[in-house]
Amino acid sequence: MLRVREIAVSYGRVPAVHDVGLTLESGAIHAVVGANGAGKSTLLRAVAGLNRIARGAIELDGRPIHGLPAHARVPLGLSLVPEGRHLFPRLTVERNLQLGAFTRRDAAEVAETMAQVVEIFPILEQRRTQLAGTLSGGEQQMVAIARGLMSRPRLLLLDEPSWGIAPMLVAKIFETIQQINARGVSILLVEQNVKRALSIAHRATVIQTGRVVAEGTAAELLQSDLVRQAYLGM
Amino acid sequence: MTAQLLLQTLLSGILIGLVYALVAVGLTLIFGVMDIVNFAHGEFLMLGMYAAFWGFALWKLDPLFTLPLTALLLFALGAALYRLIIRRITDAPMLSQIFATFGLMILFRGLAQYLWKPDFRSVGESVVAGKVAFAGLQFGLPQVVAALGAVLTTAAVWWFLRSTRLGAALEATAADKEAAALMGIDAQKMFALAWGLGAACAGVAGALLSTYYPIFPEVGSTFILVAFVLVALGGFGSVAGAFWAGILVGVVEVVGGFLWDPAYKMVLVLSLYLLVVWLRPQGLLGKA
Repeated sequence: MLRVREIAVSYGRVPAVHDVGLTLESGAIHAVVGANGAGKSTLLRAVAGLNRIARGAIELDGRPIHGLPAHARVPLGLSLVPEGRHLFPRLTVERNLQLGAFTRRDAAEVAETMAQVVEIFPILEQRRTQLAGTLSGGEQQMVAIARGLMSRPRLLLLDEPSWGIAPMLVAKIFETIQQINARGVSILLVEQNVKRALSIAHRATVIQTGRVVAEGTAAELLQSDLVRQAYLGM
Repeated sequence: MTAQLLLQTLLSGILIGLVYALVAVGLTLIFGVMDIVNFAHGEFLMLGMYAAFWGFALWKLDPLFTLPLTALLLFALGAALYRLIIRRITDAPMLSQIFATFGLMILFRGLAQYLWKPDFRSVGESVVAGKVAFAGLQFGLPQVVAALGAVLTTAAVWWFLRSTRLGAALEATAADKEAAALMGIDAQKMFALAWGLGAACAGVAGALLSTYYPIFPEVGSTFILVAFVLVALGGFGSVAGAFWAGILVGVVEVVGGFLWDPAYKMVLVLSLYLLVVWLRPQGLLGKA
């Protein structure tokens, strides 16, 4: 469904990603793992349209999308939950969720999606009228993922969903990601927590200093010396 | 001096303050959404006045009847200016942005002088001429109607921001442009919308003022200074802040001018401004 063909992204004159490619099959959870600063987020932001690519191509369902601005990629079925969540802190949870459905016009259908995300995250029902900025880190992450689902994406891009949330909630978030995937949403997951990411992913790409150093099924990578030594400390 | 006289000046201050507020709401809207200070904002007000004036001079249409048209005209002008000029300087250094909008200010003043002469003009025999009196107090009907129109327009903008899908998108863009883009919101459209709305607010204020205020090419300069004070006083980007600051400044200006000397009214306004930014740099309702 998503094909990233040897893209390069630079911040000013500093290259962040070189010739990175990956293929995500429809219905899969694909993890991109690696150390802090390896270029994982840059890759995800390029797919979402927040970073321009200097070379290569990004294709969704075989169509190139790298020429489109970020906002024009949302109606194609792509949604990014950004690192650090980037909620609208002074707006209520409900308003944040409604903004997630900005590209959709049918109010009845949006209400239906709203009911579905509340089913996934029951806590949102109680937090509905609260300002998003007043929630705990874990709750904010739930709102961010829920907001990302409001556009009814076919491909959800998750950037460090475990960032800044209490350890006991991390397991819950990853469980939810699997739940969302089970509903038919493909997932591209960027995570520093390699073990957790590989435990739910079907396939994964390992990135080091902006380059792909390994690719394979999650099971293969968990067994590989590279991953065991560099990321799992074994 | 009687209490009644003081009440009279207090209410007069609120009446003009409400018009000031509307001008400032437009300015703070543009600033809030895209961090650009529009020095040509007073000229939007001036153009609104002339639109009302020519509607009356050419077709005997009252400024109040042509008000929706004036709003539409200024909205189109604001959005077009964004598309043609401002869009190119959104990422430019602050000085370029200042010069661009400052240049527009000079251009519009020059054009108005060239096309319509520097003379003072006025709309004679408006439908809102005359006085209203109640409880021993007396106000000019044009002032009352202008204040009423201004408060209704401000309320409409407030409602738009709070209760509509586009208003929410505008607020989202103001808060976090990247996050807004991830919602599928086109920032370019929102910026054009902010400029259109901002210009329309100033234009409506101009049309409302045209029934009792002299119309001339530099008229914007009087109002832009107050509008800047209100935007800073209320908190940059805060519509509610600009509204309350407008009332406060209107009262300080009129009551202060009455108790002291009208010639010093701006001294009072600017002293109030200095006092507030000294005690609360983010403004009355601004984010810290």
